[in-house]
Parts: sequence; structure tokens; C-alpha cells
Amino acid sequence: MGAQLRVYKRRIKSVTATKKITKAMEMIAASRVVKAQRKVAASAPYATELTRAVTAVGTGSNTRHPLTTEAETPIRSAVLLLTSDRGLAGAFNSNAIKAAEQLTARLEAEGKEVDTYIVGRRGLAHYNFRERKVVESWSGFTDEPTYADAKKVAAPLIEAIEKETADGGVDELHIVYTEFVSMMTQNAVDGRLLPLRLDEVAAESTGKGEILPLYDFEPSAEDVLDALLPRYVESRIYNAMLQSAASKHAATRRAMKSATDNAGELITTLSRLANAARQAEITQEISEIVGGSAALADATAGSDR
Amino acid sequence: MAAAELHVELVAADRQVWSGEATLVVARTTSGDIGVMPGHQPLLGVLESGPVTIRTSDGGTVVAAAHGGFISFADNKLSLLAEIAELADEIDVQRVERELERAKAEGDASAERRADVRLRAVAAR
Repeated sequence: MGAQLRVYKRRIKSVTATKKITKAMEMIAASRVVKAQRKVAASAPYATELTRAVTAVGTGSNTRHPLTTEAETPIRSAVLLLTSDRGLAGAFNSNAIKAAEQLTARLEAEGKEVDTYIVGRRGLAHYNFRERKVVESWSGFTDEPTYADAKKVAAPLIEAIEKETADGGVDELHIVYTEFVSMMTQNAVDGRLLPLRLDEVAAESTGKGEILPLYDFEPSAEDVLDALLPRYVESRIYNAMLQSAASKHAATRRAMKSATDNAGELITTLSRLANAARQAEITQEISEIVGGSAALADATAGSDR
Repeated sequence: MAAAELHVELVAADRQVWSGEATLVVARTTSGDIGVMPGHQPLLGVLESGPVTIRTSDGGTVVAAAHGGFISFADNKLSLLAEIAELADEIDVQRVERELERAKAEGDASAERRADVRLRAVAAR
């Protein structure tokens, strides 16, 4: 076998192996998307009921609560960025990071300091590499977040927002995550969690102008709101984490699908080249044989004379 | 005249635990036990960790352990929101007893309380 042909054969073999791996990863990701989507759906009833309750207290009483009142001059914001621990997901992480950077730039243009909190090793690595300050980070659960993880993430954020701004607390809480729209579409979005925009929340929970009844609060509106708001933040973070996980798996699936397709294409091209090399080799051998026998024939013909 | 039954949704953070029609729901709020029957006035309360008893409209009783959360009632629809909630039928008594002992040994107050609530829910069944 010629050297050229041998090189092609070797490359085809290695690309075939890669294709098998990416194909397997694609299938794993596809099954995980379904699982993650199911978890998003399972967390929906709690989130809807909680949003409804928050709206009820917020609109049904004139309680003023630090988590619902806007600071007159907000000077510090917290940004929570949700990324994944592992890559191989196309532009998933870079889109989320880009969205967070745009948000940070916007907040800074408004004259606010920005405290960054990060979930996921990818985002943290990006910030560490650029030597940007990260207040707190978490990793290790981004593939399958549980409610306990969401609580863990939410705790320091709630603490920061309850603290006075002068003592290092924050006035606003923003979250950047990747919204799961469908298997094919995932968008990096940013949203403000706190202070609550009650009218927005109300529009989200009741929809078509439903009037909320006047509730009787037990023990009191303030106490209910005190207990309700941290849970609301946790549930929103939990929901964002689940969506982010589903999006990550969908992005991985897509990235691995195109990797598999590309490997297939590469194999076709390489086999064509290998065929051409083999054919060239055969042609050369034939012409060598023909040339050789012609030379021999010439030589014998000469000796006859 | 109020309807004879109310619709109950018991939801935990990551799943729906139970849903159905009931005639009476008893839960523990921070200011004491509260019973809700059909036609109760709109209510929103903070729950203590404790067992929740639901009397279903077909005469049965459903007991669940709810670890903190909220109760909200309006339009004959009652929602019980808990971070963690489980039906008494799902609780494995032996496991909880082991957990309780371990929590006591380690002095983990919150784990001890959780195990205690579970056991009380099973006892109330």
C-alpha cells in the first residue's frame, strides 16, 4: 500500500472513532433534554402558585417591604449568571456570558456598582481568566439542579439584598440565564428579580385581567410577605437553573449533531481521496508493468536479429 | 350556600404531591392550627412544619408532612405550597426513625425537626 493511501486510511479510522463518540454524546444529551424538560414542567405548579400568592399580598395590601420597594438611588446591583460546568455545548456559555457582560455594562452606565455571582465552572473560568471580581460562585450541580441547590445559591443573594447598601448590601438583583424555548431555540435572557415589579408579576400570573380577592392574612401581611419573598426568589432561581440545564443539554445535542454530521462528511471526502489515491497507485502499477514488458519485448526483439 | 367541597392542590417545589376535592383541610400556621372548609374567606397564611390533614370528599383522609410553606385559599381553591412535602403513605417509618436517631446524635436540630414532622404525619394517618 502506498504511503498516501495509508495516511488517508488512518485518518478515516480516527474520524470514524470521533463520529461514534459524538453520536453517543448526542444521544445522551437528547435523553437528558427530555428529563430536564420534565423537571421544568414539574416545578411549574409551585412557581405559579407562589407567584399568585406574591401578587395577592403585593397588590392586596399596602405593606412596604425592602424586597418590593425600589431604592431612590440604587448604587449597587447583584448579577447572577447561570452557566454550565462543562462545555461542548456550542455557543451556550458564551451567549450567557455575553448577555451578562452587556447587562453589567448597562448597569455600570447607569452609575451602579455590579457584584457578580456565578453558577457553573465555565462562567467562573471566563471571569477568573480576565481577573474580574466574582463575589461568590457555585458549581457541580448544573446538569441536574435540585431545589436544595437553588436555596444554596439564593441564600447569600437574599442576605445581600436585605443588608443596607452602605454596609455592602445590594439594591437590585438581576439574573442572566438561558431560557428554554424549544429543542431548537434557547435564548440568553436577563431579568430583574428584585425589587419586584408587581404589575409585571401580576400580568404574568393572572393573565386576562382576573381580579384577585381580598385575602385575610395569617398572621399578618408583613409576616406573610417576609416569608413569601425569599421563597419566591428561590423558586425563580430554581426555575432559571432548570431551564438553563435543559438549554445546555439541547445546545450539546445540537453541537454534537453537527459534529457527527461533519465527521460523516469528512469520512466521505476522505474515502473519495483514498479511492483516488488507490486508483492512481493501480494506474501507475499498470503503466509500470506495461512499460516494463514493452522494454523487455523490445530487448528480446533486438536479440533475435 | 357555598359548594360542598373545595379543590386542593398540594405542591412541593419540584413536583405536585396531591390534588383533588376535599371537604376539610387542617394545617398548622405560625399562629396555630387552622381548618378550612368550603366557602372560607380568602386566606393567605404561613405554614409551620407539621402534618397537613385533608379530608377528601369521598370520606378518605390524606395526611402529608409539609416542611414550611404557605396556605392560600380563594374561590374554593386551596393551595398548599411547601418546599418539601410528602404524603404519609410515602414515608418510610424505619428510615425516618434512623434519621431521627442520627440527627439527635449529631445535634442537627433542623434534621431532627424534619424527621419529627414526618413521624407525626405518619402517626396522624
